[in-house]
Amino acid sequence: MAVLVDNEPGVLARVIGLFSGRGYNIESLTVTEVDPDQNLSRITIITSGTPMILEQIKAQLGRLVPVHQVSDLTRLGPYVERELALVKVVGTGEKRVEALRIADIFKAEVVDAGLDHFVFEMHHRSEKVDAFIDLMKPLGMVDVSRTGVVAIARGSKGL
Amino acid sequence: MLKKTAETAEERDAEEQMMGAEIVIRALIEQGVDVVFGYPGGAVLPIYDALFRQNALRHILVRHEQAAVHAAEGYARSTGKVGVVLVTSGPGATNAVTGLTDALMDSIPVVCLTGQVPTHLIGNDAFQEADTTGITRPCTKHNYLVKRMEDLPRIMHEAFYVAQSGRPGPVVVDLPKDILQGKGSYLAKEQTQRLSYRPQTRGDRGRIEEAAALLAGAKRPVVYAGGGVINAGPEASRRLREFVRMTGMPCTNTLMGLGAYPASDPQFLGMLGMHGTYEANLAMYNCDVMLNVGARFDDRVTGRLDEFSPNSKKIHIDIDPSSINKNVLVDVPIVGDAGEVLGDLLDIWRAKSYAPEQKAMAAWWAQIEDWRGRDCLRFEQTGSEIKPQHAIKRLYELTRDRDVYFTTEVGQHQMWAAQYIGFEEPNRWMTSGGLGTMGYGLPAALGVQVAYPDALVIDVAGEASILMNIQEMSTLAQYRLPVKVFIVNNQWMGMVRQWQELLHGGRYAESYTASLPDFVKLAESFGAVGLRAEHPDELDEKIVQMIETPAPVIFDCCVAQEENCFPMIPSGAAHYEMLLGPNDKVEKPISEEGMVLV
Repeated sequence: MAVLVDNEPGVLARVIGLFSGRGYNIESLTVTEVDPDQNLSRITIITSGTPMILEQIKAQLGRLVPVHQVSDLTRLGPYVERELALVKVVGTGEKRVEALRIADIFKAEVVDAGLDHFVFEMHHRSEKVDAFIDLMKPLGMVDVSRTGVVAIARGSKGL
Repeated sequence: MLKKTAETAEERDAEEQMMGAEIVIRALIEQGVDVVFGYPGGAVLPIYDALFRQNALRHILVRHEQAAVHAAEGYARSTGKVGVVLVTSGPGATNAVTGLTDALMDSIPVVCLTGQVPTHLIGNDAFQEADTTGITRPCTKHNYLVKRMEDLPRIMHEAFYVAQSGRPGPVVVDLPKDILQGKGSYLAKEQTQRLSYRPQTRGDRGRIEEAAALLAGAKRPVVYAGGGVINAGPEASRRLREFVRMTGMPCTNTLMGLGAYPASDPQFLGMLGMHGTYEANLAMYNCDVMLNVGARFDDRVTGRLDEFSPNSKKIHIDIDPSSINKNVLVDVPIVGDAGEVLGDLLDIWRAKSYAPEQKAMAAWWAQIEDWRGRDCLRFEQTGSEIKPQHAIKRLYELTRDRDVYFTTEVGQHQMWAAQYIGFEEPNRWMTSGGLGTMGYGLPAALGVQVAYPDALVIDVAGEASILMNIQEMSTLAQYRLPVKVFIVNNQWMGMVRQWQELLHGGRYAESYTASLPDFVKLAESFGAVGLRAEHPDELDEKIVQMIETPAPVIFDCCVAQEENCFPMIPSGAAHYEMLLGPNDKVEKPISEEGMVLV
């Protein structure tokens, strides 16, 4: 679900409050300003529910006053989704080498390194990020930070 | 260099500096507000000071902030205008929360101005500080915290726009004291505009044509109209009447929609739902095409969802897209204003010269008359006790030829009022439908009486509900508002007792009120008139005495204590499983699913 909103105080609280107040799920939520001239932010929400609930979520979001537009990307057609993760792996010797080797396969970039640790930056579909993290766990992963999903429709049309 | 002189009134305004509090007052006046219901306190003193120094706005001092909101609701529902509330920060704002939630549930346009501690103290747990925008976010249509002086005039105008456009609702404007005390310039309504919120009022033409065709082919149609018709204005009710009469279809109203279609009309089936009539509920269950205008398939109306009107095609006209397909999936959804869509529907119906099939309609009406023959609201007034139904029926019959407005509290008396009082016109009936707020009726009646000082305004109350905002008797006395409080006094929280009887084995936990006040003396202590009726023989005479008293009255109508409100669809049951009276037994035990429903 992609939601264009006025970038004003409380707007995120309204959206989150709507989800918790009406018992909808939020699996992932990202938000940041996308149009400084018009003062618009874009919120990307991953949610789940029956078709009736999804229609409700869309309608409920649509009637919030600072909301300009609500689009269910999954119903509009093909779309691209991406998530970014920073993964900290601590270790020495063979484990460290193995971590670096897997990172290379996943095209993860080393953004910080020490003698006993790496921080990898990895971005892709969430499933692939999941797979990378699963592999890093036994290799000494101590910390992970993920952005949540951002998405955009394929093709030449804007939102 | 000489300063250029301002050419227009707007330019002069922009140059003229005034206090924030004065900007607030000026915006209210420009928005056509003539009365504000409020209660002062530290954070809003600048507004009270500005109120003191002008004469265009009247202020009604209530005795509790919840009552201020209900009074504004009563004012709004009876006039179609926006009701305005002014309360202070902290407890002033938190006390208003029930009223705001009530207005949200029943779609009543209210603008509530709340004081706030100065901006530099926000977040410091200052004296009488509350996170008002945080607390009221889920119970308002929208809310604002004014943090910059230059935003104040725009937000004031936007608040009115948001409150009354689309599906109406309450809007809070939180006003920090430094903003009220600071200096800024005023902007007129035309100079400010909101871009993102533009609700759709015209329905989709193709959908309306589809609806018309469906209705034209119906053999067993029913029109189910709700509060949206009232909110859409008197013209919407007029069009509803025109459509129903032209097509010869039966029409039922929801609790919120009473008055949208005249009660005395033979095509009117009465109210539907949990305590609706037998004919209305069975018509809903058995219809083949249902036209829902401005109602929301509320759980009080539908009963058990999977058994709700299982064989009908459903058309739903609603201005709020989120009301459509929320509880019940419909075949023809139409987003738009009830009045405008009904106008289009009438045009299409005429243009296509549609007419319902006479034979099928005659058979449908014969069936409905058969259900009507059960006379489901029948009761017997015998013995020396006043039956509550009889009391309300007589109250209606003795006031029907007057310019009368009714409000209610919540409970059995509310349902009896809905059943036995006939409303011929919209905006005459004020009740708390969605939230079911005990204590609504007296302050709402106060608001109606302020709007119509010469009308007869009656709050049909229960002895339990009335005690929740009884302090407003003092407001009635102060402003000489001759509201009549008609208490149907059975000494029980009647609806709670009824549910305990039907669902909880007659274990009446905490539903009996001991130590009730002497309502006659209570009235007198507030400077009002107290009357009491205990025997059926004195009822009429006392009601007439109440009507003719040119002052506020509390009427203590002592009624039979254990009367239940019928018909009733038990929770979790379907429309055809309704109980018609005390001799009807619940045919199957209430399911566990039903027990958890309220």
